[in-house]
Formats: sequence, structure tokens, C-alpha cells
Amino acid sequence: MRFELTPRTNASVGMRVLASVAAFITAFLIAGLVIWIMGRSPVAAFDVYVLQPLSDPWAIQELIVKATPMALIAIGLSYCFRANLWNIGAEGQYVIGAVLGSWLALKTHGTDAGFWVLPAMLLLGIVGGALYGLIPAFLKTRFGVNEILTSLMLVYVAQLVLDYLVRGPWRDPKGFNFPQSVTFDPAATLPPVFEAGRVHYGAVFAVIAVLVTAVVLGRTLFGYRLKLTGDAPRAARFAGFSSRATTMAVFAISGGLAGLAGISEVAGQIGQLQPSISPGYGFTAITVAFLGRLNPIGILIASLVVALTFIGGESAQILLKLPLDLTQAFQGILLMCVLAADALVSYRIRLTTRGGGK
Amino acid sequence: MFSGKVFGALAGAAIVALSATGAAAQAKDKIKVGFIYVGPVGDHGWSYQHDQGRKAIEKALGDKVSTTFVESVPEADSERAIEQLARTGHDLIFTTSFGFMEPTIKVAKKYPNIKFEHATGFKRAPNLSTYAAKFHEGRYIIGQIAGKMTKTNTIGYVGAFPIPEVIAGINAFFLGAQSVNPNVKIKVVWANTWYDPAKEGDAAKALLDQGVDMLAQHTDSPAPIQAAEARGKFGFGQASDMERFAPKAQLTAIVDNWSDYYVARAKAVLDGSWKSEDTWGGLAAHMVVMSPYKNMPDDVKKMAEETEAAIKSGKLNPFKCPVVGQDGKEIECKGSGALSDEQVLGMNFYVKGIEDKIPQ
Repeated sequence: MRFELTPRTNASVGMRVLASVAAFITAFLIAGLVIWIMGRSPVAAFDVYVLQPLSDPWAIQELIVKATPMALIAIGLSYCFRANLWNIGAEGQYVIGAVLGSWLALKTHGTDAGFWVLPAMLLLGIVGGALYGLIPAFLKTRFGVNEILTSLMLVYVAQLVLDYLVRGPWRDPKGFNFPQSVTFDPAATLPPVFEAGRVHYGAVFAVIAVLVTAVVLGRTLFGYRLKLTGDAPRAARFAGFSSRATTMAVFAISGGLAGLAGISEVAGQIGQLQPSISPGYGFTAITVAFLGRLNPIGILIASLVVALTFIGGESAQILLKLPLDLTQAFQGILLMCVLAADALVSYRIRLTTRGGGK
Repeated sequence: MFSGKVFGALAGAAIVALSATGAAAQAKDKIKVGFIYVGPVGDHGWSYQHDQGRKAIEKALGDKVSTTFVESVPEADSERAIEQLARTGHDLIFTTSFGFMEPTIKVAKKYPNIKFEHATGFKRAPNLSTYAAKFHEGRYIIGQIAGKMTKTNTIGYVGAFPIPEVIAGINAFFLGAQSVNPNVKIKVVWANTWYDPAKEGDAAKALLDQGVDMLAQHTDSPAPIQAAEARGKFGFGQASDMERFAPKAQLTAIVDNWSDYYVARAKAVLDGSWKSEDTWGGLAAHMVVMSPYKNMPDDVKKMAEETEAAIKSGKLNPFKCPVVGQDGKEIECKGSGALSDEQVLGMNFYVKGIEDKIPQ
């Protein structure tokens, strides 16, 4: 006796949307059950996790701040994943983008270099991330090296480069050996979108990236090429699409957006280089990309949902004394439910009793 | 986690001038106290000890206080968590790692009526105090113990990062060892982490392989002392009493005791006497506590107890002048009879006899 998955031919858009909603409800029910077993009220937990952050202007701002880097990175990753290329190293591309952009901030520190500094920093961030993303792409197209391994391992290289710089040559000379750079000048700081708020222009970049991606994927030949390369590589080759060019292009786009996220975060939120500039955004973005089903609008929503679990998790620690581990478990449950729902819509499960195989 | 602290030359520039809040001292009946931890409460080191302090507040003040903590807060993304505590009615907020400095300053500016306390930093404001402990006093004592007990005359030291507090700790440790054993040598390995049991354990094993028979550590997990235990060598606990992890190897431990300070500060908010201050207490202030001296001969134990008493009474300062640098030149003595606090807090040199270089 075994389970068999047979593809459904008639999975409609409506069914897919419904499945997403069902996945969320299931995830909340499972989490609620765990919270109830722990002796707390699931209703209060739902209120603290979800309703309060969404009904409080301050929390909504924080939601956007937290979602910004994840959305930017995940949008970039969607290009790779659509073409069936596995860039697991966005965290490294984020770091290198931040490092290259910050180089200019530190170089011009204390001078009265003008308004051009910030745009140039952002550009350097994109270039840095893109070049770093091109390394695994080059190794794959030239030597056939598995991009999952190379992109992942390059994350550690990037983190160590940053570590070296902030402990060594880029250390604040007045900081008594503490591993951090000087605080960036105003000319090198990404301003808030609203006066005195915390939402910086990175959020605007994320929205632009979403819109541009929606057009590129839906309305251009390049978008079609990606889909074809991912779904039917042989057909793509017959159609004359170069898989090498596609690989290079998507890694450059994905790395560039991760780099933009990195420099935006450093210039907008943190204000200086530190040994650690990301609580794992590059990896969380992989979850975000799949939660959003590689769809630009979906990714935007997914980044906000994941940001909500982070912020709700902090509130739950403060207001309900629920442990941090629960938040992390909930993120995992949510992803499992969404992926399971996706599989159930795409495939029909059948229990067969025919003696298959031995 | 960044248990390092500097003011010195920075003090003038760093103390952030805020408009006077005019928050006249006001007594309160009941307060909420919040904590931000950089690690998990279960790390058995840095964050664990701060959480012990939180529990001490609850025990001492009973129903006059309620406490909250947020654990494993990434330093680069901590502003929101600190502000969450401020927004949810907390009267006193402790941020317990060096990396929380900038976010704490930012949030403190926004909430002038809430009291903030930042561990190991150097930026203060009318509603933001700083505090840290003179761990190097304890390190002088364990240096003496190690210097007396070593048979190979080679002592190992697992350091976290080459920041002033760790450098000062190595110097105090080595000066202690030298004071009882002029032939002693020290080997330092940098783990480049505050808490990573695997890396810390590897660093410790590398040192033990090089013939070290005494192991000191300035990282937070019990892994190094466990490595010493496994090889039948000796070590010293860090941050908390690690005896249960290494009952045969632990000679003593330098315990961070935040409890007395935390209770006093919470009381000060209750009775309205809280003021922005900089606190740097050592053995005498009970912020640094030596756990029981064990696994050593009686004469070594007696020596350690006498040294502890001498430091407590102020008779002995680990950095009493003259302090000689690696190059053989005497360090300028800016304090009275010893290096000044500023010199210790910004320490960036090794003392004579350490045959190593500070990584730059």
C-alpha cells in the first residue's frame, strides 16, 4: 500500500488562492493548538501576533522596515528560481553590496562631498551584489559546478570579508578597537520617507522592483524565456534561447537586488558597518520567495507576512511571555502548510493497494 | 555580549546632550522592567547571568515589579524590540550588549520619561545610564592561581575578540601569573565569537595540544573548560559558575553578578531617586564574584583568598604602576599609583612577557 501523486490538469487560479487561505488557517490552528497546550490563550496570541500589529500605525511602519530587505532579495531570487537555478547565496550578495556601497560612504566621510554620494553608493551596492552573484553563475556555465554549493559557500566568504574590514582597515579610528565603522555622514544616509519615521527609501525601491518584475515576467520575451528555461529546458534550447546567457542574467539581477537591499539596510537602518548587518535576511528571503509563489505581488505580501511573524513574535515575548522558539516554529509551520497546499492543488493523492515494485 | 566599555577621550564627544527632560523625581507604586538579551537565556553565560539579575529583581521587589525579556535580539535589528518595550509601559529598560548602544540612544531620545540602562557602552543621556564590571580584577586572581599551579609553565587563553576589555583581561591575567611565576608563558587563541561552543572547544583543544595545562577563557560557553576536563587539565569558568560542566577542572569562576545592581536600580526608579550614571564596579561592589576555590592545594587557595581580599580593600590594583609594555617601555601612569580607568577601558597593548601580537 502506498501513496501516489498524480498531476491535476485542471487546477484553477481560484483553487490556488483558496489553497493559500486554507494553508494560513491551518498554520494558525496548529500554532493555536501548541499555544493552548502551553496553557495560554490562543485568542490572545492571535490578537498579539496579528491584529495588534496591523491596527497600530507604528507597528505598520516597523512591518515595512522589516519587510523591505526581504522583499527586495526575494524578488531577485524569483528570477533565479523561475529558471530553475538555485541561488542560495543571496545573504552573501547582500553583504558584498553593502560593503562596496559603504566603501564610498567611508571614503567620503568627513568631506563635504555632495548629493551624488548616496546614488553612487546605491549603484555600487547593486554592482557589488551583481558581480558577487555572477561568480556562481560563471562557475556553473563554464565548469558545470553546482550553483547551490558555490553560492552558499560564498556567503561565508562574504561574511568573513565584512568581518575583516570592520575589525581591521575600516574600523572607526576613534572607536578604541571596537569592531564597527564610523557612523555615516548625512550625505551617505538613506533618508526616511516620512519625516521622523523609520521607513526609508529602500521600501520604495522594493515596490519599484515588484512593479518592474511584474512587467518583465508577464510582458517581455525575457520573462517568457525564463519560464521556458525553467519548465522545459530542451524546448528552450530548440527555441534558440541560450541557457548560459539566462543563467548569467538571472544571477546578476538577483545579486544586484540583494546588493541593493544590503546597502539600503546599512545606509537606511543601521547607519554604519558592523560585523553583522543581517539577521539572515538572505535566507529568510528564500522562504519569502516560495511563500509568494515566485509571483511579484505574492512576494510583496509574503514579505509583509513574514515580517509580521517577527514583530508579532517580539510582542508575544513581551506581552504574553511566549518564547522566541515558538515564533521560529510558527514560521516553519506556515511554510510547510503553504507548500503542502500547493502540492495538494497541483497533484491528486491516491492510496493504491496494488503491490508496486517488490 | 560586547562586554567592553570605553570612555576616556571619547567621553566629551560621546555623552549625548539631550534637552533636560525635567522629569522630576517621582516615586512609583509599581513598575515594569524590561530586558533585551543578545543571546538565548539558556546560554549559561552572558545572557543567562543577566536573566539571573532579572529574576533577582522579581524576588526582591515582589508585586511592586513585573519584568519582561526579549531574547536573541540581533544587534543590527534591535531598535524595534527596544522601542516595543518602551511602548508597552516599561519604566526601566536594560539593554545588555555593547551592540545595542546606537539603538538604545535613539529610543532613549524618543522616550525621555523612561529610564534606560545600557551595559558596557559609553554613550549616556539624562535618561540613559551605563554600567559594566571590572572583570579584570577577577582575572588577576585566576592568573595567580594558574601561575602557581602550572607544571608546563605554559598557560592557554581563549579570547573572544581583540577589544580593550579582553586585552585588559589578558594583561591582568598575565600580570597575576607573572607575580608568582616569572618563567610563565601564555598562548592566546582568538575564537572570534562570544558564544559558539564548537569554535570555542576547537580553540581550547588547539591550545591543549600545544602543551598548555591551565586554560583561561573569555568566551561564554562551557566548551573550553569542558575540553580541559576531558584532558585532565584545569580551567576557569566564565560569566557563570560552570562547576557542573567541569567538576574536576574548574578551579574557580569569574561570575558576573548583575543582581545587586539591577535590584538597586529598580528600587531607585520606585522611590524616584534614579539618576543617569556610569557604574563600573568590581569585586568590592559585588558585581564580580569569585565562585568557591576548588581542586587546588591549600596554599594556592590561601593565596587566592588573600589576593581577593587585597583587591576588595583597594590595597592591590592589578594595573599598579609601573606597567611595562611589550616593547619594554613603561606605560605612562595616568591614575594615582595605577593606570587610570580610561587607560584600562581603552587598553590596546600587551604587557611585557606576552610573546604574541594583538591582531590588528
